[in-house]
Amino acid sequence: MIIIGERINGMFRDIAKAIREKDPTAVQEWAKKQEAMGSGYLDINVGPAVSDRVSAMRWLCEVTQEASKLPLCLDSTDYDAIEAGLEVCKQPAMINSVPAVQEKMDRVFQMASKYNAEVIGLAMSEEGIPKDAESRVALAMELVANCDAHGIPISNLYIDPLVLPCNVGQDHGPEVMETLRQIKLLSDPPPKTVVGLSNISLGTKNRELINRIFAVMAMSNGLDAAIADGCDEELIAAVATARIILNMDIYCDSYVDVFKNQNL
Amino acid sequence: MAVEILKEKYRSQVREVVLGATKDEGGTRSATIKVGGESTLPFLHFEGEVPNPPVVAMEVWDIFPEEWPQNLKDAFGDALNDPAAWAKKCVEEFGADLIALRFKGADPDVKDASAEDCIAVLKTVLEAVGVPLIVYGCGKLEKDNAIIGPIGEAAEGENLLLGVAEQENYKSVASAAMAYKHSVIAQSPIDINIAKQLNILISEMSTPLLDRIVIDPTIAALGYGIEYSYSIMERARFGALNGDRMLGMPMIGNVGHEVWSKKETFIPVDEEPGWGDQAERSLAWEAVTAIALLQAGMNILVMRHPQAVKLVKQNIDELMQDNSY
Repeated sequence: MIIIGERINGMFRDIAKAIREKDPTAVQEWAKKQEAMGSGYLDINVGPAVSDRVSAMRWLCEVTQEASKLPLCLDSTDYDAIEAGLEVCKQPAMINSVPAVQEKMDRVFQMASKYNAEVIGLAMSEEGIPKDAESRVALAMELVANCDAHGIPISNLYIDPLVLPCNVGQDHGPEVMETLRQIKLLSDPPPKTVVGLSNISLGTKNRELINRIFAVMAMSNGLDAAIADGCDEELIAAVATARIILNMDIYCDSYVDVFKNQNL
Repeated sequence: MAVEILKEKYRSQVREVVLGATKDEGGTRSATIKVGGESTLPFLHFEGEVPNPPVVAMEVWDIFPEEWPQNLKDAFGDALNDPAAWAKKCVEEFGADLIALRFKGADPDVKDASAEDCIAVLKTVLEAVGVPLIVYGCGKLEKDNAIIGPIGEAAEGENLLLGVAEQENYKSVASAAMAYKHSVIAQSPIDINIAKQLNILISEMSTPLLDRIVIDPTIAALGYGIEYSYSIMERARFGALNGDRMLGMPMIGNVGHEVWSKKETFIPVDEEPGWGDQAERSLAWEAVTAIALLQAGMNILVMRHPQAVKLVKQNIDELMQDNSY
């Protein structure tokens, strides 16, 4: 599982302050830290409190790339902000995200094609998040079809089945697992899968435990990536271990360190 | 209808390791040799790059190889009494790409040659040939640890390929490589997990050494478990191509050493009439072992018999022909 480090997000006070004062220190520290602990991408989100999302996104992308060589995952509902970010990305980025809503898909897949970007597609429509796996998979298929229509390789598409907190939508858990399995049958090569990991534990008291158990369960159902806390040591160790058990990495005694140091 | 050829796309490639150093690079070799760099499985030129052909190193000892079968000794004649002449013959007559100098005489139970004795031999061989050198000790840990530092120091800058670092005994070889600019053979006992761990241990001593490690996965001779070596090598290669940086090193195999101790190479035909002529059989045994290992991704073959070397080099030439379409 690829970890998309979630820490560069304007919802965090230090990042919001960095954006406000145009001081890249905190952003770059988190970029380096997440890279050093094995994240594969860095999520970039300007947060809710910014007035000019376009220029904030551009600035965040620029200063992050000064500190890290990781590809970026541009996280916004404002597609102009995402496009501003894509313009300054030095390597193909990931667009986070697009729901299965036609006009949004048209815009996002067009951008993805133009900038050679990967795309996170959400298994939801105007009607919201479906309750069962079948409806999620049907929306995933719409995303696959639109992706293909723009000539984008399906392996550049990451489907997010959408996770609800386990204390609120407990019945969604098995549906998400089923969706992860079925997405792999949609095409050959199949799309990839991603989740926003910490959604599963929102409002609970054992957040880190729930996050990492969910991560390894989802991995065994085919999860490829997660937007997650890339500095959670226990999560990293659990993911590294699951990769060994799933025969994705070759075992050695220092396998956790090897996973962490993959960017060094 | 046109047939679409399926091609595998890999994320990564085998590391490229340079052996030897020319005058400009701080050594005295007439040319360096590059091994590794493949971005696909062995010889699938249609799928990826195989930038450097596998190479053959011929073994030279610091003492007369009494234990070798007569037909192997006959192939070299008097040169076996003089490591420099022996090495020269291997390079000039038999086309060896490298020389693998084995200090058998350092063994306390053989001649107990000192570090100074070994260095003297090393210097004559370095003078006699211009190809890069691989250096092996006698195989007894304590003695090898004692001589490897001085040997490394005496040949500082030559970028020798120093053998061998093992999981329980890697520091002396790795230190010598680190201090005097050489490369390291990291040997593991037909165990992929230890192969990987050993590379990590060495790189923890010095990260730049990662690009100067050659894996010896430990090979077996044909008929003695070569399939185990084969599957370990295959797994390491898949790992390397799929981005496992700690297994992405080129590989070396001690073919001659394994093969020529097996009965198939030395039992005379009158004892085993069904086996055929010993001279022919023995060199075929060495050549076929080497050729099987090439298919598993071996980059450096350490061999003994000139006829077997010839067959293998011919096979390498054929395998390196472009088969892309």
